[in-house]
Amino acid sequence: MSEPVSILNRAAAPAGCTIGIEDRGLVGQVTLRGDLASPALKKAVKAVAGIDVPKPLRVTFKDGKGAVWMSPDELLLLTDYDQADTLVAALGQALARDHHMAVNVSDARAVITLSGGGVAEVLAKGAPVDLSEAAFPVGTARRTHVGGIAVGFWRKAEREWEIVCFRSFARHLFDWLIESSKAGGEVGDL
Amino acid sequence: MANRLNSGGTLLDRSQTIIFTFNGESLQGFEGDTLASALLANDKVMVGRSFKYHRPRGILASGAEEPNALMGVGEGPRFEPNQRATTTELYHGLVAKSQNHWPSLNFDIGGINAKIASLAPVFSAGFYYKTFMFPRAAWKHLYEPVIRNAAGLGKPPTEADPDTYEHFHAFCDVLVVGGGLAGLAAARAAGEAGAKVLLVEQTAHWGGRANAETDIDVDGQPAADWAARQVDELAGMENVTLRSRAMASGLYDHGYALVYERVSDHRPGQPGAPRHRLWRVRAKRIIVATGALERPLAFANNDTPGVMLASAVRDYIRLWGVLPGHKAVVYANNDDAYRTVIALHQAGARVAAVLDVRAQVTGTLPDQVRALQIPVREGHGIGKVSGGKRVTGVEIGRITGTGQMGGRAEHIACDVVAMSGGWSPVVHLYSHCGGKLVWDDAAVMFRPAPERGAPTGHDGAINTICAGSADGHLSTSAAIANAVATGRAAAAECGHQGAKFPAPKASDPAMAPIAAHWFTPSRGNYAHGTKHFVDFQNDVTAADVRLAAREGYESVEHTKRYTTMGMATDQGKTSNINGLALLADELGAEIPAVGTTTFRPPYTPISFGAITGSAKGPLFKAIRKSPLHDWNAANGADFEPVSDWQRPYCYRRPGEDRHAAVTREILNARQKVGLLDASTLGKIAVKGPDAGKFLDLIYTNMMSSLKPGKCRYGLMCNENGFLFDDGVVVCTGEDEYLLHTTSGGSDRVHGHLEEWLQTEWWDLKVYTANVTDQWAQVAVAGPNARAVLEAAGTEIDISAEALPFMSYAEGQIAGCPVRLYRISFSGELSYEIATPANHGQILWDALLAAGQPLGIMPYGTEALHVMRAEKGFIMIGDETDGTVIPQDLGLSWAVSKKKEDFLGKRAQERIDLTRSGRKQLVGLATEEPSEVLPDGAHAVAEVRPDGLKMRTIGHVTSTYFSPTLDRSIAMALIEGGAARMGETLSFPLEGGKVMRATVVDPVFYDRQGARQNV
Repeated sequence: MSEPVSILNRAAAPAGCTIGIEDRGLVGQVTLRGDLASPALKKAVKAVAGIDVPKPLRVTFKDGKGAVWMSPDELLLLTDYDQADTLVAALGQALARDHHMAVNVSDARAVITLSGGGVAEVLAKGAPVDLSEAAFPVGTARRTHVGGIAVGFWRKAEREWEIVCFRSFARHLFDWLIESSKAGGEVGDL
Repeated sequence: MANRLNSGGTLLDRSQTIIFTFNGESLQGFEGDTLASALLANDKVMVGRSFKYHRPRGILASGAEEPNALMGVGEGPRFEPNQRATTTELYHGLVAKSQNHWPSLNFDIGGINAKIASLAPVFSAGFYYKTFMFPRAAWKHLYEPVIRNAAGLGKPPTEADPDTYEHFHAFCDVLVVGGGLAGLAAARAAGEAGAKVLLVEQTAHWGGRANAETDIDVDGQPAADWAARQVDELAGMENVTLRSRAMASGLYDHGYALVYERVSDHRPGQPGAPRHRLWRVRAKRIIVATGALERPLAFANNDTPGVMLASAVRDYIRLWGVLPGHKAVVYANNDDAYRTVIALHQAGARVAAVLDVRAQVTGTLPDQVRALQIPVREGHGIGKVSGGKRVTGVEIGRITGTGQMGGRAEHIACDVVAMSGGWSPVVHLYSHCGGKLVWDDAAVMFRPAPERGAPTGHDGAINTICAGSADGHLSTSAAIANAVATGRAAAAECGHQGAKFPAPKASDPAMAPIAAHWFTPSRGNYAHGTKHFVDFQNDVTAADVRLAAREGYESVEHTKRYTTMGMATDQGKTSNINGLALLADELGAEIPAVGTTTFRPPYTPISFGAITGSAKGPLFKAIRKSPLHDWNAANGADFEPVSDWQRPYCYRRPGEDRHAAVTREILNARQKVGLLDASTLGKIAVKGPDAGKFLDLIYTNMMSSLKPGKCRYGLMCNENGFLFDDGVVVCTGEDEYLLHTTSGGSDRVHGHLEEWLQTEWWDLKVYTANVTDQWAQVAVAGPNARAVLEAAGTEIDISAEALPFMSYAEGQIAGCPVRLYRISFSGELSYEIATPANHGQILWDALLAAGQPLGIMPYGTEALHVMRAEKGFIMIGDETDGTVIPQDLGLSWAVSKKKEDFLGKRAQERIDLTRSGRKQLVGLATEEPSEVLPDGAHAVAEVRPDGLKMRTIGHVTSTYFSPTLDRSIAMALIEGGAARMGETLSFPLEGGKVMRATVVDPVFYDRQGARQNV
């Protein structure tokens, strides 16, 4: 049996781009909807996913796992691809008495790693978001749009970001990122 | 470069010679030239012809306000019409062509308009409205073709643009528009206070007019030096961004501004660099430091090449070392123009006379001029300019107390006329978003009056403030003081009160008061044989404005449209104030009573490319691709768009056309087994203790009674009762459902669910998630479907007993984790198999391999459509159009009568939705089985002869040739259709042909459903 492959199949930016653009491949992703303020949910996420529930517009990362604030009642939990079903089941048990929804959406999105000093500037060519250091420090996340499609992105480290979109749009986003990061088109503002 | 001075030109780099061509002639200029300054340097005084009369025109201005010198610039795919020579930076190999002439600039047939116009009032105000009324046919065949040929500005490019464009989102505390003295001072003050500042300047140079004036000191140094120092300081500040070649084109609500950056216009074809970048700026405060523009004066033949704005003459001398003429006449109503007299004199030109409309001229600058032995003629004006393609002289006279041209006629020979009617603050941006103005009678200008209304932010506070001369402070000292205070205040309003930038002390010559002067008549009969131009670009004269007033136009907005004054690409930058002052004069009203026209973005034209940004070619619109897209593409898929998706219409084999492929795919699915990529189907997970209750409200039929492991077809209506989506609902567990939607409907339905949950039914404990992209979904349909699954290998019991029609199971097939739905849209034994999308290709390949001996073939959307029509299944968007309710489609069985409520229930009880005679779904069998009804064909009550109206009773909604039945089939919505079984309907088509079809049951094939129940 062949192995599952991500939609972009580890594609990376060609030469001539000012930032690194690389498909992260298979990433475990779980949508968790629930009352993010409830102690039960915070406890469950901490216990099961091993991570703190992020504050609004923030993302938390620890030991390769992540939690992205998606909306007032939605988190995106990131884990290993083969751990997503286990995570869903564990959340279901931990929150058995609380109204919630946990869904494995590992195949629904492409996760692309963006690296380098110019990432904010490239994203600002599409997203109506203040991406300056002051407004978008490490650990910030935002759902927005670029190139006509819905995306989410977050800043994992000074020079490392992740951007996600629904897999059916992945090629479009990848192409948009390449077009928007061509050498010679630097803005010099962010 | 005949007119180039031996020295001078603060913007020039004389070490860099640049070669360019104008109308095919190779010319030279210097680095730092604009196309306009280089043309003038080469003594190209006449540079185009006018829009309406094709009169010879020269360069009037030196900046963005230029109305005349519009050029076609570039070649081939980079050709662009209507580029202002004054804002086009010169580059190596620039190719420029003048416009609005045929066959050549020097000899132009259209110029005959002007000849006729000198004898009769051709093309006067409202000319088009009045003239082409009769005979009607003449418009189409005579007037319009001739006018279209002669009129219009420039020619559109004929090839696709090879350049790239992009957008950029920027955020700042304070956006300062304008890099002149005021803008620099405001930016410095705001920046020192700690605000995040974005300073933009439309030209390539900082300092604005400071570069062209020699009599202004700031902090004890020449103004240009002070400006240069500010730029250095600002460039070193972390919190300040400086952008030149960046024009703020529009101001919109709540501090949103568009800035048009011309990144590589001056260096075309730089690799990687976009040509233009459109900045989409969100600013907390906007300081409009856009300066002021000089007004022309309206006198006879004031459009003759060589008649220029006084400030422009000064600019060409001082900024670019170009002397536009050797013998000058200066005509003005204010002191500022005397700076031009001095500049001309210093550059070696002879100023034959200064004509000043003021009866007594006493200012400092005029005294300096007199000291140079230059005659100043008080109370005098220009009666008429002589010369055709270039000024040869002026006829002057005394302006009498009643404004007539009197005294002794005198002729002065000259080759350049510098005129100044005073200065108008550039309030465009401020006005874009509601900033109000007040007429300043003493300064003869409209100035911002925020107390009457100003642009405001989301919090209701004023967010746009004018500074410097844009705020009406025409003296440098007042402008800088005002700008510093404005910059500091803006920063403070954004919460930044850091270091205080000390207001620099500026000194500039005192100016005596200006005298309002709007019109200088020629001698004799009014405007006889001459034209006093008000709007140069649209060829509107003072006589046109006067005629409009005589004909009853009182509102300036109406006069503008009647005369077309101010409606050209320059938006009346040099004409609006003069025009409305003339109108006020003619109406005997005060200028404030006449009011102003409305300023709208953009300030100057911006490229379509900049607006488009990167959204062109493949990035124009995102295409959604299924997990099997690449396989489809590699295996003959002939794609069709289905909402944002690309789906295979059919899979064509070599030598096959679409029709043959579709026929093969249908027959194979009916006789053996077919495989469909159904991944695009919308899939929404719904979960929660109230999920059943919620779905009962959303769907017309009962969903809460659905048991885990079961599927049910459901209909969704909007609150008006109309059907808008359908699909199979699967109960995947206790309080857990999966909703299938149409391919195009997933986002819409998900939004619909969330809206009801968030705004109306927030008390329901339900969560939803759009999982459309999570799953690859494949339909295996046909008599051999079960055998295919068995061959592919599965531990799921797929026997008819264990997994009957409309049931659901989970497990593995061919090693892939799957959700297996036994549902059918083809009427065949059918399974839809969903696997996580990253496994999609594996599953597809396995099914194809397993089905090989069983005759499996992939089929596309058209086969799907035909097969569902054979079964009488509706298609959202075919059988529905937003006005159709389930009952119209014979789907009353899926509308619950037991439920207390659901979306659309109440609406469906309205009289119009319950009346008899509504259009109802029927099947149609054409009399001639081989003929297929055209889609959308209308059925009529009675066929009447050609030309007579026929009453329509319905239309065809789906129509195909059915290979299964070897005949055409169709569905239609027909008035009272259910009661018309057996009736024959007539469908009149184009060319008098009438097709006839019998009303039949819409289920054409296997009415008992035996094929899917095996």
